[in-house]
Amino acid sequence: MAESGDLFRRIRGRDGLATLALDLFSTTPNPIPCSYSGSAKRLRLGDAIPAAVVAEEDRHDLVDSLSEEILFLILDRLESEPLDKKSFSLVCRSFYAAESRHRRVLTPLRSDLLPAALARYPLASRLDLSLCPRITDTALASVSGALRSSLRSIDLSRSRGFSQVGIGNLAVNCAALVEINLSNATDLSDAAAAAIGRARNLERLWLARCKMVTDIGIGCIAVGCQKLRLLCLKWCLGISDLGVGLVAVKCKRLRSLDLSFVPITKKCLPAVLQLPHLEDLALVGCLSIDDEGLISLKQECKSLQVLDLSNCQHVSHAAFSSVLNKAPGLRQMSLAYNGLVTHSLATSLQKLSKLQCIKLDGSEITTSGLGTIANSCKSLRELSLSKCSGVTDEGLSSIVMKHKGLVKLDVTCCRNITDFSLASITSSCTSLTSLRMESCTLVSKEGLRLIGQHCHLLEALDLTDNDLDDEGLRAISGCQKLCILKIAICLKIRDEGLIHVAKSCSKLQEIDLYRSVGITDTGVVAVARGFPLLQIINLAYCTGITDDSLRSLSKCSNLETLEIRGCPQVSSLGLAAIAVGCQKLTNLDIKKCYYVNDAGILFLACFSQNLRQINLSYCSVTDVGLLALASVSCLQNMTIFHLGGLTPSGLSAALLACGGLTKVKLHSSFKPLVPKPLLEHIEARGCVFQWRDKPFQVELEPSEVWKQHSQDMHVPDL
Amino acid sequence: MVPERRRPPEASSKSSSSMMSESPRNLKPGLPFIPFDSTNLWCGDGHGRSFLEFSPPLVTQSNGLFGPDRETKSKNQHEPSPVMDWNPRLMLSNLSFLEQKIHQVQDIVRSIISREDQFLDQANELAAQQQLVTADLTYIIIQLISTAGTLLPDIKNALLSTNPAVGRPGSNQKQHEIVPVEVAKASQHDSLIKDLNSCGGKEDGLIKCSNNSGVEASEPIPIEDPDTKDNDDGMDGENLPPGSYEVLQLEEEEILAPHTHFCLICGKGFKRDANLRMHMRGHGDEYKSPAALAKPSKEASIEPQPIRRYSCPFVGCKRNKEHKKFQPLKTMLCVKNHYKRSHCDKSYTCSRCKTKKFSIIADLKTHEKHCGRDKWICSCGTTFSRKDKLFGHVALFQGHAPAIPMDDAKVLVTSDKAQVSEASSGMPGNTTGYNFSGNTSLDAQTPDIKGVDDGHGCFSPMILDACNIWGLTEFPHSAYEVSESTFSFLATGSCNSIQRNGEN
Repeated sequence: MAESGDLFRRIRGRDGLATLALDLFSTTPNPIPCSYSGSAKRLRLGDAIPAAVVAEEDRHDLVDSLSEEILFLILDRLESEPLDKKSFSLVCRSFYAAESRHRRVLTPLRSDLLPAALARYPLASRLDLSLCPRITDTALASVSGALRSSLRSIDLSRSRGFSQVGIGNLAVNCAALVEINLSNATDLSDAAAAAIGRARNLERLWLARCKMVTDIGIGCIAVGCQKLRLLCLKWCLGISDLGVGLVAVKCKRLRSLDLSFVPITKKCLPAVLQLPHLEDLALVGCLSIDDEGLISLKQECKSLQVLDLSNCQHVSHAAFSSVLNKAPGLRQMSLAYNGLVTHSLATSLQKLSKLQCIKLDGSEITTSGLGTIANSCKSLRELSLSKCSGVTDEGLSSIVMKHKGLVKLDVTCCRNITDFSLASITSSCTSLTSLRMESCTLVSKEGLRLIGQHCHLLEALDLTDNDLDDEGLRAISGCQKLCILKIAICLKIRDEGLIHVAKSCSKLQEIDLYRSVGITDTGVVAVARGFPLLQIINLAYCTGITDDSLRSLSKCSNLETLEIRGCPQVSSLGLAAIAVGCQKLTNLDIKKCYYVNDAGILFLACFSQNLRQINLSYCSVTDVGLLALASVSCLQNMTIFHLGGLTPSGLSAALLACGGLTKVKLHSSFKPLVPKPLLEHIEARGCVFQWRDKPFQVELEPSEVWKQHSQDMHVPDL
Repeated sequence: MVPERRRPPEASSKSSSSMMSESPRNLKPGLPFIPFDSTNLWCGDGHGRSFLEFSPPLVTQSNGLFGPDRETKSKNQHEPSPVMDWNPRLMLSNLSFLEQKIHQVQDIVRSIISREDQFLDQANELAAQQQLVTADLTYIIIQLISTAGTLLPDIKNALLSTNPAVGRPGSNQKQHEIVPVEVAKASQHDSLIKDLNSCGGKEDGLIKCSNNSGVEASEPIPIEDPDTKDNDDGMDGENLPPGSYEVLQLEEEEILAPHTHFCLICGKGFKRDANLRMHMRGHGDEYKSPAALAKPSKEASIEPQPIRRYSCPFVGCKRNKEHKKFQPLKTMLCVKNHYKRSHCDKSYTCSRCKTKKFSIIADLKTHEKHCGRDKWICSCGTTFSRKDKLFGHVALFQGHAPAIPMDDAKVLVTSDKAQVSEASSGMPGNTTGYNFSGNTSLDAQTPDIKGVDDGHGCFSPMILDACNIWGLTEFPHSAYEVSESTFSFLATGSCNSIQRNGEN
């Protein structure tokens, strides 16, 4: 056991598995030939290949001495690294078995992998089928047969093709099921809802967009699943007051209820508000609820903490005030897109002493209203005024002066605020962690410098479409905790500024440099070196970057999203480097990278096996490249306009070969050229085709011209 | 004392204004029918047109065409009905009143003669005058007959009580023949006939009623109202004190008559007066005048209208005024519906369930709308006609749940079958896709060991082995190789092959 403990200590590092495998290797003097047929080939896939091969040969001696508990402890450490876990399972049979028993979450990439996955992981408790567009009743039957009482949660929100038979199977056989996500099952009927009702232990249920479910179906669920704590009925257009009322009567344990866009009226609200534990209630876009209904509410819902009344257009201030008075414990409140916010409405916030988060997006707000909010809420931490008209320096300042504890502030598109606001924000709210101020066009570059100078705790900063310059970026480099930085359409920034940020903000995970035309390879190289944790980078229309940028970015092994749309100097070489280096890449946009050809795509096909979404439009890719890409087994989303060498038969072959596709955008000229039965077959697998007739447009618009155009289209604020 | 209500006719206010009945009890001079029957009440059509929708089958009826307004009268139903006794004083007063009335008519006719030349220019005015005369004459005749009728109750009573069904039409027929002779001088005998006929009809009803009241005198049998729907159209909850309203009772024939307006020329019947007026245009230009076509206006009443309620002619019914707990019916429509529902055969059978029967076609239609289809069922088997009732039930009882309608479930079962067959055919297709699309994913969730074991070795993921970078050039080739069977249809373009592919 001492040896194991030693081992365990050694694998605490991030590259744990390799260390472990090497360790095992070093203590093995006499390797025994592997008797496991086919394993050698398979093992080549992992990171720790040579070590693992040898380790397996050695399993009789040392590996067997490791108890399962220890292996489980090791696996716990690998939870965030699926690739390492895979390598681990390939070490030997006992490791493989341990990994099979350890894993709790299954996310099959395609539905045809489901039987094998179920056979291998009989103890999985959560099954995420969101990558399988087509799940039949047979598949669900095999799930319920294989996992039985270990299954606790299943996600079918992106799947189609099943009916109430499959759901009934799950509900009856999997007694421990507590969570089902059936959102988007638009063809599910009341019978399926009745089948759900048989899952007696269900606690969380999502039925968003189940438009065929009526009051009868939800009634069955209400009666059957009385332990429900969370219920989402968003967009269930077939459900009315009766169904919701019955839910409120039967499911007394409900904590969270989403009734957004459900055609309910005031009739069911008293019952809903009487739920003893209700904490989270969403009534977004309930257009049938009117003033009369809300004002006449008598019940007080003391447990309510989160209330979303966005987009209730037929409700006036008086009614909002009346509702807010009924919920004294409210912590978070959203009144977005409800028109005018005035003093009178704001006064109703005064009684809400616990209110921490206010969202007023898209409202028309008066200065006096802002002033009242400033005076009323004691412990405000989050404020969202995104796209509000009427936000003035005076109003905003009055709030930030009073609420120095503000953590998140969103003033996106508040086009009237100036440096004055920014000065008061930065001087009083120094503990801000998130500041979003896209398109605050009146703020000058001097004002923007204040952000970096004062708010050192910032983790997310959105300065898209502002007057930011290198000096501003240099100031931002003071925010060392920064994770997300969006500085798109800041045409003044240059490499120098970016280098400043890159030197200090080593925790950055996401950077948006869309249309930052001043950025060249130098800047991107600095970014790649400075941000080792980078996951998302957008370099679209940064026309200055070349393959050198991509080569340096390939060192960021966590990179998941790469957008280099409209970077004409990038070629297949750069892409190959990315493919080899960034194996976690899931989302790639190389539209209008004219020099990317089949060679680059072939690398991508071989190495980027996690690629889910790709935009290849205008690349010099032919049938060969597309077919190679089809071997990426989890590719789901493909946009292929104006590919140079694509022929109908090549397209057909690629479509057929790519089994996991869910959405393909392509030019409508291909539609008559691809055999219709083939299209039907692909669609039957769960793929949606979006045929577009986009004109061929090669030349790129210079960013300055583009920005001018986009500004011309703004409607001036009143 | 019976309160006397009078509404002067629209065109002849002058002539009828003098009409005041001092009739103590049963003589109603303002009424065009024998007034001694307390159960038969008549009201003017100015505000009670629907009430006028009666007509015994063989009798034509007037008021539609010329629309003379009649005297209204009220009558307390609780008064004992002095059916049989003949009061000479009453008759005398009636006769003197009639004399007065005849003088009035004479005056009018004289004035017409004196202004004959003018009327040539004013055809409308002349027509109005003619109507006036007609109305008055009609009235006089009716009064005469009714006065005379007081002498004959015993005879008629005896006749009708033995064979009322036969007797009635016969008597009507007789009047048909007689009346035109009597009023031959009148310019518009048609209307007179009509009024008389209606009067005759009334008479019949009255006789029958007097018959009924005779029965009632010897302890009427109270009959429970079989139709609860009456509660909707009655005046329950209104709680008008007895005597605060007047009670009208129509006869069965009047209630059941399909048509209430009849053409005096061709005898065609209509449900609506407006339709009759349209019809009359075909009988000559005189019916095309605006006055003839105009809707008889609801004349502005000088006196406030009495509250009027209706009694069901069925003795013993709760809606009959003789009932101890009499509950009057509110409108003529209520009378019709009540009588048909409670005292008539239910001749309309529901075509869906074949069991429910109705006497009113609208009831049948309402039922058929919901019959069988919108049944809301609870898991306990209880059915409800309304969804909210079902949900109230489910909310009340533990363990009860709404049940899915049967036809819905059937559809689902069939779709299940389709689903299963689709699934079974789809599975092998998936396997082929699985073969060549490769299993090289580095994701740990990919069960690649299985891929080797399951006999698809020829397309094993190793072809796409990630380590073999130099094998890249071969890859497309191998992909084509793999898909040879699957892509065969691409070359041929045959639909069959792809289906085969799906099935294989």
